[in-house]
Parts: sequence; structure tokens; C-alpha cells
Amino acid sequence: MDAAEKISVEDEAVDKKIFKDCSKIAFYRRQKQRLSKKSTYRALLDSVTEGKESTRFQIINEAAKVPLLAEVYGIEGNIFRLKINEEAPLKPRYEVPDVLTSKPSTVRLISCSGDTGSLVLANGKGDLKCHITANPFKIDLVSEEEVVMSINSLGQLYFEQLQIPPKQSRATKENEEDTSDDTTQENQEELGLWEEKFRNFVDVKDNGPASIGLDFSLHGFEHVYGIPQHAESHQLKNTSDGDAYRLYNLDVYGYKIHDKMGIYGSVPYLLAHKLGRTLGIFWLNASETLVEINTEPAVKYALTQMGPVAAKEKGRSQTDVHWMSESGIIDVFLLTGPTPSDVFKQYSYLTGTQAMPPLFSLGYHQCRWNYKDEHDVKAVDAGFDEHDIPYDVMWLDIEHTEGKRYFTWDKKRFPNPKRMQELLRSKKRKLVVISDPHIKIDPDYLVYAKAKEQGFFVRNHEGGDFEGVCWPGLSSYLDFTSPKVREWYSSLFAFSVYQGSTDILYIWNDMNEPSVFRGPELTMQKNAIHHGNWEHRELHNIYGFYQQMATAEGLIQRSKGKERPFVLTRSFFAGSQKYGAVWTGDNTAEWSYLKISIPMLLTLSVTGISFCGADVGGFIGNPEAELLVRWYQAGAYQPFFRGHATKNTKRREPWLFGEEHTRLIQEAIRERYALLPYWYSLFYSAHVASQPVMRPLWVEFPDELETFSVEDEYMLGSALLVHPVTEPKATVVDVFLPGSSEVWYDSKTFAHWEGACTVKIPVALDTIPVFQRGGSVVPIKTTIGRSTGCMTDSPYGLWVALSTKGSAVGEFYLDDGHSFQYLHQKQFLHRKFSFTSGVLINSCADKRGHYPSKCVVEQILVLGLKKHPSSVTSHSPGLNHPVDPGYSGPGVVSS
Amino acid sequence: MLLVLLLLPMCWAVEVKRPRGVSLTNHHFYDESKPFTCLDGSASVPFDQVNDDYCDCKDGSDEPGTAACPNGSFHCTNTGYKPLYISSRWVNDGVCDCCDGTDEYNSGIVCENTCKEKGRKERETLQQMAEVTREGFRLKKILIEDWKRAREEKQKKLTELQAGKKSLEDQVELLRTLKEEAEKPEKEAKDQHRKLWEEQLAASKAQREQELATSAFQELDDDMDGAVSVAELQTHPELDTDGDGALSEGEAQTLLGGDTQTDAASFSDRIWAAIRDKYRSEVLPTDLPSPSAPALTEPKEEQPLGPSQPAEEEDEEEEETEEEEGGEEGEDEDSQETPPPVVPPQTVSPTEEDKMPPYDEQTQAFINAAQEARNKFEEAERSLKDVEESIRNLEQEISFDFGPNGEFAYLYSQCYELTTNEYVYRLCPFKLVSQKPKLGGSPTSLGTWGSWAGPDHDKFSAMKYEQGTGCWQGPNRSTTVRLLCGKETVVTSTTEPSRCEYLMELMTPAACPEPPPEPPASGNRDEL
Repeated sequence: MDAAEKISVEDEAVDKKIFKDCSKIAFYRRQKQRLSKKSTYRALLDSVTEGKESTRFQIINEAAKVPLLAEVYGIEGNIFRLKINEEAPLKPRYEVPDVLTSKPSTVRLISCSGDTGSLVLANGKGDLKCHITANPFKIDLVSEEEVVMSINSLGQLYFEQLQIPPKQSRATKENEEDTSDDTTQENQEELGLWEEKFRNFVDVKDNGPASIGLDFSLHGFEHVYGIPQHAESHQLKNTSDGDAYRLYNLDVYGYKIHDKMGIYGSVPYLLAHKLGRTLGIFWLNASETLVEINTEPAVKYALTQMGPVAAKEKGRSQTDVHWMSESGIIDVFLLTGPTPSDVFKQYSYLTGTQAMPPLFSLGYHQCRWNYKDEHDVKAVDAGFDEHDIPYDVMWLDIEHTEGKRYFTWDKKRFPNPKRMQELLRSKKRKLVVISDPHIKIDPDYLVYAKAKEQGFFVRNHEGGDFEGVCWPGLSSYLDFTSPKVREWYSSLFAFSVYQGSTDILYIWNDMNEPSVFRGPELTMQKNAIHHGNWEHRELHNIYGFYQQMATAEGLIQRSKGKERPFVLTRSFFAGSQKYGAVWTGDNTAEWSYLKISIPMLLTLSVTGISFCGADVGGFIGNPEAELLVRWYQAGAYQPFFRGHATKNTKRREPWLFGEEHTRLIQEAIRERYALLPYWYSLFYSAHVASQPVMRPLWVEFPDELETFSVEDEYMLGSALLVHPVTEPKATVVDVFLPGSSEVWYDSKTFAHWEGACTVKIPVALDTIPVFQRGGSVVPIKTTIGRSTGCMTDSPYGLWVALSTKGSAVGEFYLDDGHSFQYLHQKQFLHRKFSFTSGVLINSCADKRGHYPSKCVVEQILVLGLKKHPSSVTSHSPGLNHPVDPGYSGPGVVSS
Repeated sequence: MLLVLLLLPMCWAVEVKRPRGVSLTNHHFYDESKPFTCLDGSASVPFDQVNDDYCDCKDGSDEPGTAACPNGSFHCTNTGYKPLYISSRWVNDGVCDCCDGTDEYNSGIVCENTCKEKGRKERETLQQMAEVTREGFRLKKILIEDWKRAREEKQKKLTELQAGKKSLEDQVELLRTLKEEAEKPEKEAKDQHRKLWEEQLAASKAQREQELATSAFQELDDDMDGAVSVAELQTHPELDTDGDGALSEGEAQTLLGGDTQTDAASFSDRIWAAIRDKYRSEVLPTDLPSPSAPALTEPKEEQPLGPSQPAEEEDEEEEETEEEEGGEEGEDEDSQETPPPVVPPQTVSPTEEDKMPPYDEQTQAFINAAQEARNKFEEAERSLKDVEESIRNLEQEISFDFGPNGEFAYLYSQCYELTTNEYVYRLCPFKLVSQKPKLGGSPTSLGTWGSWAGPDHDKFSAMKYEQGTGCWQGPNRSTTVRLLCGKETVVTSTTEPSRCEYLMELMTPAACPEPPPEPPASGNRDEL
């Protein structure tokens, strides 16, 4: 439609000039400049006080004059917390609220040192210690006598104390001997203390410079991960000068890949792994943040003129991580592991676990900007049945509304949204509609008028409502950081308030970085004002988190607390996993974007966000049929599985690419549906035990160095290894099967390999290389219906893949798939399967749970039996079918 | 498809006992007295394993009535409506797929039997469709006949035109020769006339220059000694040559050709030309506005057709342009030299002076004769072009693919419109599709005629229009027009399924298939 072409931002390929690189960021320049001057901090250990929760002492450096206050906390589950703040700042500095699930329980640290130059704080068992050195100030984290991490060992602690603005300070200047030599106009601009320019924008900073920074040296570590979101490799790369990983939530349409620029969301949490230990550093700060990484490998080969003979060993390897934030305080959690699983638990203890998704949301989602009208929706829905392709959720983008006024419907195109939802409901399908944080300025629009009246919008620097341009034109932005605004926003989802909504309607929060079309870097001015008079700069990265929080709460409330919500968000922060799903934003229909979806999702997964996905097919552009098929195959094995396309692309519903491609896509989606019991069980494990659903190989094989950098394949849970095909015209892929004592089975051909080898797997267009690990049991559905709701009663199967020792274990979780009864009434089934010595035992894994189900296990596939079983017997009441040990190759199909 | 269904034999009035989900046509494969052999012959199982909710056959044929096999088919009888096969995976999935509800016998939900109602509606629709098809097909036959006739007429006309074209061509050639012959004396006479006039002009120009030089000399010769000296020349600082605003002695001397003075004759011969551009007369105010350039005009030839002649008359145009350019060049030379240093005593008005005198009678006669020959030639040539154009059009129309029997030919010179909320869509079949905003604005092309675009077996069911206006950041707009059987010719809908790819539906009798013969009036009409 021509009318929509008026808004041009959407279709600009990413123009990097719109966004800052490090050289354009004043606090980065300041820290770099000041740190080059080396003014080290020392701890005043004679000032140590031991509070109920923490141990406090002062630190000071020459420039600071006024000491800073450092606090060390011991936290349950082998976590240390270090806070550094001004003792008496001019005004309070921002401390990120609402991310920690509750106040973490502290454990008393035992101070055990008499030395005045140092202080040792140990946990109860004494196996973990913080060794604090006074001068220069340094903290070593010691685990069983091994120093695993040092803080400020590079002296990069940086803390800009709040100052009185220059105009006022001139009056009081006499008492100060300001040694600052940066008084020239040019220098002022360079330092951007009170004002910072970028393109046409001027950021006026009423609070002046307030930036902070700190370094961490990870001893013996060469592999670090995390700090999403970047379109980058899973293993973090060394940052060169001026090219730090940036955490600043931005709307980057068609983002460039292999780039460290900040995109839609931020989790300031980094994991480090080496043989025998995994660590985590959680930097709780919601302002713009930069992270520099420098890894020095253990052995450095120096090429000399004589040739590569003169190799010198540098001793231990080390990775230095340097965090810098624009504002706030230093509040950092040290997660000491020691295993990947421990670190996951420690992190989710702080920020919460993955919300248990409603079962339907693990099915396939069909989205497009836009399904035009009710007729279009009906036709696409019918298309899935006609081609016998399962799907669960129809999605409506911004055009479903009356002029992008969220919570309304376009009366011409969607005259009867309830009837449309009834159609979907009759097939047990759902609807998701979009709801963005910008609210069209229109006094006749009830949502706007109510919010305006109650002062619920973010304010601008001058005190009026902030106004910016987004989809509807001039808009104001709801201030989700306010609990009152969130409460009110949640109430908008009540069925009686949200006209045309029903209980199969769920929500998608987009543009919540927030995206502001004509703002600096397409977002909000940093000096906009939020609830509590906090500047936007303090909390920019957590804005989207709050919208998803309020939306999820709204969906829970509309069901009177009974039903689980489903909310997809584009912007996110540490802890967003508690509220729903995340996707990787506006990707492009190119092979390279398919390929990078894997490391991007692995990074999200290890930072707590298990429910994540990338738009299948690529949002921007038109995928060729082969790419689309490969993307469906990859997406079927990624947690959030949604096809989506921008408005100027060709239609690409699965049946539009000829019969053969339709069949291939149908097959891929069916594989997803067959594995739903396994997916659901994995999500339960993420929900209750903090284990990611999609796992990098190093998580499952932490003792195998070769796995640490692998990112073209991954584990789903601990049982399936997936190596999606991401190259055009591939005929063979190299699959690395880890584990010297493992055995792996091809999930289709049942061929098997010993672990610790790379095998060449021939691939046709219908091949999705998936391997089951020996020793695992995977629950599946044997019959695929048209949606998850239609498969409730369909029978189960078990894939039993035997280990080299001839045994296997696995779990299975089941509940009603949609309510909180699993939680409140313990209405669930959690079973454990184990196969040893030729006997498969189905036992209860959690006795608290009860859930009646009509379902039967009708098929058991055993892979890896050494010889054909002579007979199969069953000890189960109600089994009335003769058992047929249909032998096929190394596997056994049994009923 | 629908019509085929109308013809289905109505043969199963009696319910035959058979396993759930088996169609009547297949029921003999399911004999409960024998083991069941999978329909693909892949295996044989005891009959009690049919519909026991466990899949034994690779083709799913042992479980037609359960969801056990991934690839089975469940048959609904749908008495009162059409029988239907559904995927057996949809059996008991809580969704009513069969109108008789037989697919949901054990899922806890109750499906209403809607077959009767659906059957009634379907019959109504089919009857309406049949009626439309009958009427449409009748009209189609007329259209075919019309085109047959029209085509014959057009063919006849074409033959006539082709014959006429030959003699027209001969005539054009003859007239061309006559024209060229008449233009020869015309050109000679006109050239002669012009030459004379130009000589006159040159002479009078030289005389004017002489007069100017003389008067300047007199002005400069302050002491009236019959010679202009360096000092006398220096009274005219505007003659400064080095740009310092004053005429130094040296400069003046240089202007005088190195001499200290000059007499009238050599002044006018050598010096005047060098200074005339800068020289300002003492008599007249120096800031006199330059006189507007005289309009050089030529005597108008008698042109019976007037100034707005068709562009085809190239000969005439070229000739005229040449003459005009010549005149303009002269004018340019004059006007470039501004400000004119001296305004000579205006004895003759420049317009009169520069105007070419009218042609003499003899020349004019030549011109008139040549013009007449030109007119005749051009007229003949135009007629020939018209005929050629008509021939081309006819040939194109006659050879155009208007469908198997030319039934679509009547659309050829028509346009049809559809107005939606925002736009007026216009379809001119075999030519173009366009879209125009309802509230004014220029139309956007949604494509020009490309080809018939139906599937191989039904090529004439769709048309494709391509290469419309380019989309911003997208493809060129294109439109597929689907042709549906209808009594009238009307555009019924326009949609844009993908951005800038439009889909239009055109109802036309030409798309109506031959209806089946009228069914016998008697018989059971309950089954479809």
C-alpha cells in the first residue's frame, strides 16, 4: 500500500552513521583518558565494619578526595556481591530495582585476617574466599586455594562522583583546589561532562558525569560468553580499541552481523568457562554499558626472524573483562559455579527462571506484517489445514489496529475480531496481537486520554510529556518504570476493557527499546524523565523489560490468576525470562542470518533467556525456497518457532513454493510437533532447575576443550544434538560428535557413531541432522494433529538410545498446558524413565504431582540393543495389545 | 469441479455395514471373516487389528477410523452433503471436520450434524451457479459468433486496405517527384533574393561605421587641427586598457598605433575599430539604455496552413529554421557588443533597415507553386500512414489470442472499473491495469498486458499484466486477473496479496464452461 511508504525508517538498511561507535561515547573517552593517567585506588582497611549483611570499607584514590564505600556480601549458593557507591552522593545514584527476584539471602562472611594490608572474607565452609588487598585496591576470588578471578588488578576502577553543576560550582570554587586541567572549551566538548553532542542531538546532563567502570581478570580462562544482544559469535571475541561490546537497547532494522553494536536487548551478564570451572559476572546496571574483552592464551608463540622455533610460554592464560557504564553504581555479582549447571542456578536464583510457557507457544507461530483482514486470516488458517501443516498461533502486526492505536481494531479490516477468534478457537489455535509502548497523541483515543490525564507518560527534559514519532505518528511513551503505570497498563488487558479480545488472544511487545524514529540513535533522549525523577539514561536498558512485565501481569490478571501468559518482547534485560519469550528482531533473509541465529540464541540461552527464537525465513527480503526450507528446519529445533516477514516482501506461507518445498516445510514443522513432549519437559527443567533448553556443547561437555568454541551445532537438553544446515546447496555437513565415551544415533537412519569425532553426514534437502545421545530417553508424540490443542490425547512414544553401557535415562513432564494449576494444585506428572539390563522402568520423578491423563505410550524405540530381543513383556495394567518386537537394524520398535 | 459433483451417481441409498472411516467403494476390502491385507499389500493382520488404535499398515489402511496412523484417511459419509476424506489424524482431535460429526466419536465433544443444512446451501449455490453458467454459456456462444463475424469483416477490410495501400504508395512517390521539381526554382529564386539583400545590408553597415568614425574623430579633435593627438585621446579615460581607470600617455600612444597623432583617414581605417567598443560619445548621456535589439523579420511567405502545422512537415520546418537561425546569428553579433558605444544619428529605423524586402512577383510565384506541391505530397503521405496504421491494428487484432474461439475478443476495446474505499481500479483487457486514488491524484500503472497466465490445462482462466510502476524498494507492480464465469462483464474484486502484486477478478460470460445437459427431473436430489 502506498500510504505506508510515508514512514521510511522501516526500510532503511542499517545505516551505521545513525548509531554511535565507542569514539562517539563521551564516558568511554573519559574513562580511557583518565585511566591512562593511572591513579590507583587503595582500600582503607582500618575502616572495615561488619554489618549484618555485608562487610564495608572505604576506598580512595588521589583524584577522588572523598572516599567511596565498598560493600562485600556473601549470598546463598556461592555468590559474592560487590557494591561500590559514593558514601554520601549529592543525590542518590540509581540502583536497578525489580530485577532481583527477591532480596537475595545473605550468608555471613567470616573475616579471617589480621594483616593490615589485606582482608580475607570466607564463606562458612571456607572453600570460597575474597582476598582484599589494600594498596593498590584489589580483590582476589579464591576457590580452594586457587585464585580464579581478580577484581581491579588492572586498576581500571573508575567512579565519577556527582558534582555541583559548573555555574553553581564557580561560586563555591574558592574552597576547592580543582586540579582539573580540562577546562578549555574543546576539552569540555571532548569530555562531554555536562553536554554531549551527537549528530543533530545535544544531550544536556543535569547531573553531569557519573560514569563507572571496573576490571575483572579471569585466571586460566580463554572462553567467555554472554552479554547479549549482539549479532555475534557465541564465544566473545577480543575487543580492539574503540570496538567494545555495547549494551544499549536500540532498534536496528536489518542489523549488521558480526558486529558488536548494541541491538534490541541487554543482559549485562558474562560467563567464563575453563576445564573444571565455570564463573559468572553479573553487572547489575541498566545504563549504557560497554564491555571490553581481552584474552591472552596460555601459550604464545613468538615468531622470530629465525623462524617459528622460538616459542615462549607465558604461563597461565587469562581473560580480562572491563565493564564501563554511563551511570548508576557498581553492583556486581560473582557467580562462582563451579559447574555450568551451578552457574545457571546461581544466576536464576538472582533473576528468576524461565517462565513455564503455555504449551501452544511451543508450537509453530505464523506471522506476517500484516495479515490484512479477517478474510486473509481465515484463508491462511485454512491453508494450513488444506496442506495438513500443524500450526498453533496466528499473529497480527500493527495494521490490525485503528491507526496504530493499540487495544483497538481497524473497523474495516477487522470488523468482528471475536468471530475471527472463534474460528481459531474451533481448531484449538490462538491469536497474538501487537501492543507497543508508544501511544498515539490523540485526545479521542481513550488509552491516550487516560494516560495523559493521570500523568502516565515519560516526561521530557523540560517537564512536559515526552513526544516522539513512531508508527502512529507523534506519540507519547508510557512510563512502565512506574508501578502505577504498570498496574494501569495491566488492567487494559481485562476482557471487559480490551474490546474484541478473548482468552485465546495473547500479546507481542515490539518497539520497546524504546524505538523513537527521530530520536538520537532512533531512541529516547537520555535526559527524558521517568517516575521518581530518574533520567532515562539511568534505566534505558530496562524499559522494555518493564513493558513485558506489565503485559504478562495483565494477561495473568484477566484470567483471575489462573492462566499462564504468553508475551513476546523485542527488548529485554536481565530477568526478562520471567515474563515470556524474546526474539532476535529484524533479521534478513540471507544464509548468513540463518547461520548466526544459532550463536545468538545460544548466548540468550546461557544468560537465562531460554524461550528465544529468530524470525524464520528472515524478516527483511525474500528468501529463496531452499533458504526458507532450511530455515524452517533450523527453526523447528529452536525454542521460539515463528515465521515472520516484513510488509514489502512476497507472501511466503509454507505452501507457496511448490509441492516439494511445501512437503519439506510440512515435514520440518511435524518434527517439531512430534518432539513437543520433549520440548515441554525441557522447559519445565528450565523453569524449575534453571537449565537452558538450547545448550552450547560446552555446557553438556564442560570437560572437553574441543566443544568450547562450537557454535554451528548445539544440544537440545542433554539428549539431542542438532546441526542445522545453514549453507546453500549443501550435500554434506561436518558434524562434531563430542564425548569419547559417548555413542550417538542418527535420529532418522539410526546409524550410530562413537563420540569424540567429526563425521561427514550426507544431506539432502529433507535432511535435518539430529543425533540422539546414547544413554537418553526422549518422549515424543506419535501422531501429529493440526495444533497442540488437538494433540492432547494423542499417544506418546519413547526413543530410548542406549549408552555404551547399555543403559538410558530420561524425564517427562506433563500438565494441562495452560494454567497455573501445576504450581498451585500440583496438577502435573513428572516421570522418570530408566533403561538398564534390558528393562525399561517408568517411575515417578516428583511425588508431589498428580495429573490424570488418558494418554498411552504406544511405541518404544530402543536404539543400540546388541541383539534381537527374543521376547518383550510388559508389566503394566491395561496393556491389551500383543507386543510386537519389530526389529529394524540396531533399533527395536516395540509397543 | 462443482459441476462434476452434480453428476455424481446417487447410488448408496442403503447403509452398508463397514468399519468406521471406510468408504462404500472400499468396503469390500474389509471382510471381517478374513485377515485384513493392507491396501498397499505390505502386510496382512488379523481382522480384529483393524481400527484397534494401533497402526500396522505402512499406508495406514488398517486404521481408517482412528488417529493411529500418521498417513491414514477417514471417510465421512456426510449423508445429505458431499462425502469427504479427511486425514485420520484429525479423528477425535476435538475439531468437527465432517458435517455429520462422525470424526468425533470419542473426544468428548459433540458435533452437530450440519450436512442437511450445508447440502441445502450447496444445492442452492450449485443451482445458482448452474443457472449462471447456462446463461453465461449462451452469451459466450453469441460472443463467439460475433467475433467470427467481426473477424471476417476485419479480414475483408484488411484485404481492401492492403490493396489500396499499393496505389497510395505510387501516388506518394509521384507527388514527391513533383514537389522536388517545384522546389528547385523556388530555392534558386529565394537564394538570389537573399543574396541581393545581404549585399545591401553590408554596404549600409560599412557606411554607418564610416559615419561613426568621422563623428568620433570630430569630437576627439578638440583643437580642430584635423588630427587627433595623444592628449586629445586622453580626454576619454574610458578607453583605458590596463584597467586602472585612466588612459595614460603610453596607453593612448599605443592606441594610436605608436604615433603621437593620427589624421581622419587613418583614424577611421585603423584606430576606430580598436576603440569603438569603449568609446563614449560626448554628445549623448553615457548611460543611455541600449536600444532593444531590432527584430529581424523576413517577409512572410504565404502559408495557407498557418503557423501551427503538423510536425510531420519536416521539409518546411527545416527550411524555415535555417532562415531564422541565419537572421538570429546576425542579431546576436550585434547584441553581444553592449553597451553600444555610439548611438549613431538615427536616420533610418533599424527595423526597416534590417527587414528583407518582400519577394518579387516571380519569386513569390515559385514559392506558391512549390508550397502547393508540398501540401499535396504531405497529404498523400498522411493518408498512406493512416492506412498503414489501420492495417497494423487490424492485423494485430485478427492475430490476437482471444481464447480458443475468440470469446474474449469483445473485451479488446473495453475498460472496466471497480471502486473500493480508497481507489478506483481500471482494467482495460489486453492493454493495462491502473489504480487511481479516489480522492484525486494521478493513476499508477499496475501493469500492461503480458500474457495468458492460467495453468497449462486452463491457460485462459487468468491474465497477467506486468511492468507497472515500480514500487518503492520493491518490484514493478503487476496484476493477475482471474476470469470467472458470470452473466455480466464486471470487475468483482481487487486485492494485493503480496505487496505490489495485485489480484483482480473479472466476471465474464466468456469464462463460462459448457454446462452439463439438464439433469433428469426425477430422482433422489438429497445426495450431492
